Amino acid sequence: MDDSLSDNRPLRILIADDSDSDRLILKTLLRRLGHEVEDARNGEEAVDIFRQSGADIVLLDALMPVMDGMEAAHHIKALAGERLVPLIFLTSLSDADALVRCLEAGGDDFLTKPYNRIIIEAKINAFNRMRLMHRTLSEHRDLIRDRNRQLTEEQEIAKRVFENIAHTGCLDAPNIRFHASPMSIFNGDVLFACPRPAGGMQILVGDFTGHGLPAAVGAMPVAEIFYGMTSKGFSGSDVLREINQKLGRILPTGMFCCAAMIQADFHLNQLQIWNGGLPDGVLIRRNGALETVASRHLPLGVLGAARFDAGMEVFRTEPGDTLLMMTDGVLEAENHQGSMYGEDRLRRSLEDRDAGSSPFDAVMAGIRAFTGKQPEQDDVTLLALEMVKEADLVGVSERLPQSALEGPAEWHCVYEIQDRSLGQFSPLPLLLHICMEVPGLRRKSGEIYTLLSELYTNALEHGVLGLSSDWKATPDGFGRYYAERERRLQTVTDHFIRFTLSHTMTGQGGQLTIVCEDSGSGFDYQEHTEEGNENGYSGRGLMLLRKLGHSLNFREYGSRVEIVYDWHFSEVAAR
Amino acid sequence: MSDKPHLDQEALAELQDVMEDEFDVLITTYIKDSSDRIAHLRSALEQEDADGFSKSAHSFKGSCINIGAPRLGELCAEAEKAGRDNRLGDAAAMVDAIENEFRQVEDNLRRFLE
Repeated sequence: MDDSLSDNRPLRILIADDSDSDRLILKTLLRRLGHEVEDARNGEEAVDIFRQSGADIVLLDALMPVMDGMEAAHHIKALAGERLVPLIFLTSLSDADALVRCLEAGGDDFLTKPYNRIIIEAKINAFNRMRLMHRTLSEHRDLIRDRNRQLTEEQEIAKRVFENIAHTGCLDAPNIRFHASPMSIFNGDVLFACPRPAGGMQILVGDFTGHGLPAAVGAMPVAEIFYGMTSKGFSGSDVLREINQKLGRILPTGMFCCAAMIQADFHLNQLQIWNGGLPDGVLIRRNGALETVASRHLPLGVLGAARFDAGMEVFRTEPGDTLLMMTDGVLEAENHQGSMYGEDRLRRSLEDRDAGSSPFDAVMAGIRAFTGKQPEQDDVTLLALEMVKEADLVGVSERLPQSALEGPAEWHCVYEIQDRSLGQFSPLPLLLHICMEVPGLRRKSGEIYTLLSELYTNALEHGVLGLSSDWKATPDGFGRYYAERERRLQTVTDHFIRFTLSHTMTGQGGQLTIVCEDSGSGFDYQEHTEEGNENGYSGRGLMLLRKLGHSLNFREYGSRVEIVYDWHFSEVAAR
Repeated sequence: MSDKPHLDQEALAELQDVMEDEFDVLITTYIKDSSDRIAHLRSALEQEDADGFSKSAHSFKGSCINIGAPRLGELCAEAEKAGRDNRLGDAAAMVDAIENEFRQVEDNLRRFLE
């Protein structure tokens, strides 16, 4: 900032006039007012002087030889660029057209001859104030522009960091379609998907209150928890409880995260959904029927752990069914009149869609037609999950994040879970975690999880609770089975399920032995292992166990099961 | 014929106040400048350069108004207009009138200096 901003500093004034006597008068007048004056005898000289040393204010005679004032004004304004250099024409011109031409050439005002000391002083002062104001504004604008650029750069870096942590996981799976704004992280929208080690996937759609960095900061722990826990095999409910607790602790009052957790099982063909504060999801059946997936919970980060309900709603599905979930940006997309797209229009977009057009495309096209612009420009997060046959998703679960640390090779552990905890706690993630410490087993997490999970389910449901898997053969029985399961879990006493895991290295790889014992009276494993019964749940489970394990032994009426699982270096390396 | 005075005494007094020591220089400059302008008007006339004639008269007019020689300024304005209208036929008489008036102004100014 130079000192011409203070009133004391003399102004540097450039004058150009071909009349020696006029120039002398003006120069003397201005000097006596305390300014520094440089003078030129024609327009060309004036432009040269301005180019070399600049000036705060320029006074130009309109008619001069060599280069007249109008042309000089043009050059000087161009040289000044963004700076405001007031340009005053000195003239004895009297006709209006000529005066207008002076202004069109870039002049800001006139001084007419004969010169009047008082008027000259007043005009110089007025234009100096304007010049200073213009410069102050320019400086503020530059400052704002710099700050804005800095902010944008920082956001760009932050976005890259966020993308590494809050990556999109398996959103590129063939059965998922989604739209999220490229800067969605700063809109507070999150969308994560992660394969589950036992197959299937878990998806989280979230919308933080607020915008910008505060909203983005909340997304980081959510991503960490979601990916960390899902890839270790924790259920959607477990992940929700953890996220809710974490957000409750770190978010300021009044800030929370509307979210939906979707746990998709393509083998059982079912969806488990928890919706806390997001707009109603829509389940589009293969036959076109629409079902609402309503929000039944408060958003994440609102309730304390004791009052938080992580129970997920179960939807039986068929391949070809599609689930749509969205943040409120979809329903709030506005048209030119300021009306919102809304639920009714969304439904109409879905109902009116052409045969063969996907629900996702129908809604995106619906928004586009309604708002008259690309939804890409809005804060719109839309997810479509299609239920498919399990076989169509081969390879998706192999992208679970791996740790490169070398793990233990020879070990043995016993873990027993008792009574009340049987109903409240799943030991599977912990057990899987222990097994995953062995590098050679990590790529096998899906199989290991399946083994553990089948053993545990059999031990709990058939062994401890004494439920019959026959019930699950019919849809009615399916419901009854789970209701009964819940009821019996409430009252279970004097029971345990014990896992004994041993791992040892062999010449070609390693061997994991899993023994699962329970306190129940056993069940007729013979009946369940017969051919042709593999549609039933536990039947399927036993078939799986047989297929995966290298040996399978039942003892004590099925209340002690031992599985030996071999893995080979070559298989692991080949992956 | 104009009824304006040869010299505007009030304007000259103010100029004297502004210019202080340099008032003499200003007057000398003006007289020199004016002789050049008259020569310029004549040469423009010889070359039948109406535009150059008009511009010269315009500039001359400006300095006359500034120095406080209103009658001479008015004669210059007439010459400027004649040049602009391409009426150089009347112009020779005008330049004569300008030169005569200038002699008067010059005499008066020199007296003013003494």
